[in-house]
Amino acid sequence: MSETGRILVDTATRLFQNIVTPRELARAEAGEWPQDAWKAVEELGLPLALVPEDQGGFGIDPVEALAAVRVAAAFALPLPLGESMLANRLLAGAGIDAPGGALSVASAAIPAGRPAYPIDLVPENGGWRLTGVARRVPWGGKVSGVVVVAEAAGVPHVALVPAGRFEVAPGTNLAGEPRDDLTFDCVMEPSQVAPAAGVTPEGLRAAGAALRSIQIAGALARVLEMTVQYANERSQFGRPIGKFQAIQQSLAVLAGQTAAAAAAADLAAEAITAPAGDHRIAVAKARTGEAASVAAAIAHQVHGAIGFTHEHSLHHLTRRLWSWRDEFGNDAEWSRRLGHAAIAAGADGLWPMITAA
Amino acid sequence: MTVFTFPAPPPADVEALRAEVRDFLATELAARRPRDRARSWSGFDADFSRKLGERGWIGMTWPKAYGGHERSALERYVVLEEMLAAGAPVAAHWIADRQSGPLLLKVGTEEQRRTILPRIAAGECFFCIGMSEPDSGSDLAAVRTRATPVDGGFRVTGTKLWTTYAHKSHYMILFCRTGGQEERQGGTSQLLVDLNTPGVTIRPIADLSGEHHFNEVVFEDAFIPDSALIGRMGDGWNQVMGELAFERSGPERFLSSFTLLVELVRALGNDPSDRAREAVGRLTAHIVTLRRLSRSVAGMLQNGENPALQAALVKDLGALVEQEVPEIVRGVVSVEPSLQADTELAAVLAHTILNAPAFSLRGGTREILRGIIARGLGLR
Repeated sequence: MSETGRILVDTATRLFQNIVTPRELARAEAGEWPQDAWKAVEELGLPLALVPEDQGGFGIDPVEALAAVRVAAAFALPLPLGESMLANRLLAGAGIDAPGGALSVASAAIPAGRPAYPIDLVPENGGWRLTGVARRVPWGGKVSGVVVVAEAAGVPHVALVPAGRFEVAPGTNLAGEPRDDLTFDCVMEPSQVAPAAGVTPEGLRAAGAALRSIQIAGALARVLEMTVQYANERSQFGRPIGKFQAIQQSLAVLAGQTAAAAAAADLAAEAITAPAGDHRIAVAKARTGEAASVAAAIAHQVHGAIGFTHEHSLHHLTRRLWSWRDEFGNDAEWSRRLGHAAIAAGADGLWPMITAA
Repeated sequence: MTVFTFPAPPPADVEALRAEVRDFLATELAARRPRDRARSWSGFDADFSRKLGERGWIGMTWPKAYGGHERSALERYVVLEEMLAAGAPVAAHWIADRQSGPLLLKVGTEEQRRTILPRIAAGECFFCIGMSEPDSGSDLAAVRTRATPVDGGFRVTGTKLWTTYAHKSHYMILFCRTGGQEERQGGTSQLLVDLNTPGVTIRPIADLSGEHHFNEVVFEDAFIPDSALIGRMGDGWNQVMGELAFERSGPERFLSSFTLLVELVRALGNDPSDRAREAVGRLTAHIVTLRRLSRSVAGMLQNGENPALQAALVKDLGALVEQEVPEIVRGVVSVEPSLQADTELAAVLAHTILNAPAFSLRGGTREILRGIIARGLGLR
């Protein structure tokens, strides 16, 4: 990691340590928008960290920029940081002025096996009409705008839909993070819609999956830390439970899953700006999803009853892990996609596909 | 520090080398059946090893002065993983290239380096590991094989066990006791043993499928000269631990069942079920991730770091996946495993099932590895 990257991570870590308090988490979960926390994040410039330098960004390596998302996840930051980073990148790429404030993203891609509510973008009176439903959009009802990627006449377009231009049916994930259904039926001005540069609806969904993979890795790192610490502090039978081999073996498995998730998330971070057809994001979402499942179970087992209480902070991370693994496609879906490609590559093409990833 | 660091593998321009290795293997292994490829790094073929030596693919990272080729660890990694993915018979030179050679390079005498390393790199000199004993498996510090200093050398008495390919190797690196039993780790040393030494007897031990890879190597007052001492007297434990970082992190720790996955993909053909696609995709995700972790360790070794913890972690994760492959195959195709089967999938499945128990035993059991990881977490 470069000096800039290290400074970014250190600064972000200090910031999140200060702003993510138990009270702030509780308030966010109760539906309040943490405006002060968001302002602090914005003042650091983090939402613009994925914007390329020639489009007005800071010229940070995307992998290092996404390290901030990993750290945010370790603190369970209740804000759409990753989503805003993606949205600003999409807007900059399409040459649409970013409105400032928190943003979210919605892809017109329809996940396999779900009922279709197509999002349509059609020219109308010199502008555009956007219709359709976007399901479970992160913080969709809280942000200042949603960036939609949809096809118009077969060409992917980016549309910036300001808050107030769509209907919001609020919902949440298991961790109480807003996941809102948005119904669009609005006329957009020409300045709010532009052809997307190298992004498709599918590509945006993959970028979302990459974000969640990175967040899972970040949360797991903290879960491991907390669990090891607890095992060293909690005494039963006259010694810390971490001295028992049964606990040690479990924690070793937890460490293994955490390391695997971190490596898989590295692949996702490297691939987030890559063209479609790259398999690394599928690898990452499949692998981090499985790691989340195994690791959260061990963390709770070691924490015992106290970790199952609302008072203890472990659930802020584990409920996010259980949510994130299913968002933007669960591990089964991404495994199937990867498997489809692997089987299509054939017995002789499988290994070259692996070394190319 | 409770989170182990795996830095991104160093960038390496290896694609030309990879293509060269693939071309070589496509020709050399054209007639090798999947059921033989399934032997992975247990397949022994001295002629094949000699050919690799001629190509410069053994001892790749060693100095040219000792017959090496001064290539990077990542270049070596490419050769290893291509060999394993193709099911090449690499067993003859594997141990020497992986750990015996590097050990000699690091702590061996100049004479040992000059006489042995060029022969290893040429693919002409094979090594076996002399660590385990009848009463010393996971508890390596309990070794009892004793080397007693005498005029001009040592008299060695004791028994080494599970010595893979001792019957086809030229040398063993013997881990033995040169101090008192009560000293445990401190009283140990390593000796370079010519397996033709009088007083050294190699007896076969058949594995559960009846095959002969293992041996028992008995030392009966065998004379080993002073010049065979590797490194320093009493430093055996530290030296062995250094060897293990090389032993535990390579691509052989997650590719042992790879031929079975290849044959599964072949059998699934053009119209796989969703369940089959999910299963193959999941395994692919695991392998890609393990490969990244393993290459990261190769980079750390190249930088002279000591990634013993990371290596233990790679091996633990890798063995889980290797052992899962047969279960997954059973879940998506209907096939009875049989070594005599006409179909390659059935034969490869049979071979893998019969060898899978060893994947989490050899090179450190799962429980020992997890103990090492737990120590790294600060729990012990």
